[in-house]
Amino acid sequence: MNTILFLILAVVAVGCGINVILQTHPISSALSLVGVMGALAVLYLQLGGEFIAAAQLIVYAGAVMVLFVFVIMLLNAGKEQKSRARIWVRWAGPPLLLLFVGAVAYVLEAALPPSPPVRFGGFDGGTVKAIGERLFTEYLLPFEVTSLLILIAIAGAIVLARKEID
Amino acid sequence: MNFFVLTLIKVAVIAFVLLTTLAYLQWIERKVIAHVQLRVGPRRVGPHGLLQPLADVVKLITKEGLLPSHVSVVFYLLAPFIAVMFALISIAVIPFGPVIDVAGVRTEMGLTDLGIGVLFILAISGLGVYGVALAGWSSNNKYSLLGGLRSSAQMLSYELPMALAITAPLLLMNTLSFRELVAKQSFYYFGFLPNWAIFHCPFPQIVAFLVFLVASFAETNRVPFDLPEAEGELVAGFHTEYSSMKFASFFMAEYANMVTVSCVATLLFLGGWTPPFPAEYGSKFIPSIVHAAAALLCFYHAANPARPFDRITLPVVGVVSLGIAGVFLIPAVQPILLPLFWFGAKTGAILFLFIWVRATLPRFRYDQLMRFAWLFLFPLGMLNLLATSLAVALTAK
Repeated sequence: MNTILFLILAVVAVGCGINVILQTHPISSALSLVGVMGALAVLYLQLGGEFIAAAQLIVYAGAVMVLFVFVIMLLNAGKEQKSRARIWVRWAGPPLLLLFVGAVAYVLEAALPPSPPVRFGGFDGGTVKAIGERLFTEYLLPFEVTSLLILIAIAGAIVLARKEID
Repeated sequence: MNFFVLTLIKVAVIAFVLLTTLAYLQWIERKVIAHVQLRVGPRRVGPHGLLQPLADVVKLITKEGLLPSHVSVVFYLLAPFIAVMFALISIAVIPFGPVIDVAGVRTEMGLTDLGIGVLFILAISGLGVYGVALAGWSSNNKYSLLGGLRSSAQMLSYELPMALAITAPLLLMNTLSFRELVAKQSFYYFGFLPNWAIFHCPFPQIVAFLVFLVASFAETNRVPFDLPEAEGELVAGFHTEYSSMKFASFFMAEYANMVTVSCVATLLFLGGWTPPFPAEYGSKFIPSIVHAAAALLCFYHAANPARPFDRITLPVVGVVSLGIAGVFLIPAVQPILLPLFWFGAKTGAILFLFIWVRATLPRFRYDQLMRFAWLFLFPLGMLNLLATSLAVALTAK
């Protein structure tokens, strides 16, 4: 049951991911990205990370991507023009890509130490309580630094977007 | 019983009740607004217009589904589907009552109980924006586009105060599961004062409740925040180009969202299905008393009819009401019906508030709406959260 669900979601995630670059219209690409995020959220849930799944949906699918779609709608971006690639580029591209990905995967597999296999629901540190405890004790400094970084980014955006008053 | 079969039965019951509620909520809304405005409302189809929802459904299904030639077809057809799907899916994590035994089967009332139920509701309500935004964009109509843009900006802005308001009672209850939230609110101070989040003894969450209510009006695009479909400026906003069942989907989504936020407010702030005072003081007789009083009122008005038709219809309603009052007194069904009654009463009261506000308040201007969210509601929610967390930190053992 878990394996079947995993296979379906993995196919959905990868299919949506490919769709993001294949689509010519920005809105279609953005919505495919939402599909990727939804599939990822359910995969997290399957592994036992319930908080991370909810955060994925709330933050990425529910806020970040809505803003993306909002901006695309506001700018009224049109369809992209497809560049006319040479015939040998079209035919040789996909096999070369597969070859490259395979080579990278092989090197990584050979170079990294063997890791224990992942089990469905085997991860039990994903509850809200566990994450909160780690975040405010062990990882307090990175957490605070990250929030400071976001604050700086917001201030920078305001400065850039502000009209000259004088 | 098999988990699969049991879940199927529960899904069937909950879906039927939810869809009927949605249809009749619209009838209630029309009636209440009509009476507020000194009209009578729908009266033609069935007694007191009670069959009007059925007639509306038949009308919407048999209408011609127009497909404008200038729309981007895939998203145009996808948008109502997305809107109604994300509106209906949240009901899956909402519990309606305690764990009960029916004919030897032990089950909880409600479909499922997630450990992160509250977060799930937040996530799903955040995704609901896509339906409205896509509908506005794909219609290729300036009014639709403006409606869709307004709606996404508004829902993003009001999600923040809503989340802040939800967080405060969660701090007090220390859980994210709806069933545990209700369990934590189910005892009484001094034996009679309920431990609901809005009455919580050291730090009552009245401010959080009000912020949540206001934000939920904006999240569901209801008056006074119905800018996305402001008919004076935008024809019908994001659903201008939609007809027949596609239009009805948006309509259904709005009402389903209303039901969801009312249920969440009940569970988070009003103690879910727990009665307002303990059973020892007779709270289990309240449903019977209410229904018997309604029956007496019906008989009185049947004896002094304002309209000749009332002589026939009101006694029927009265007898049905008396019957319900009797059913609530049967000890065997009391553990099932009493929680349902209290849950329904609290949720219904909030739904009535939604309708009441629609009949009373005018619409905000768009800049007022944004200023209200960012300069008043958001700081208020933040202050309340800070005060609550400080109090929780100081009293923690």
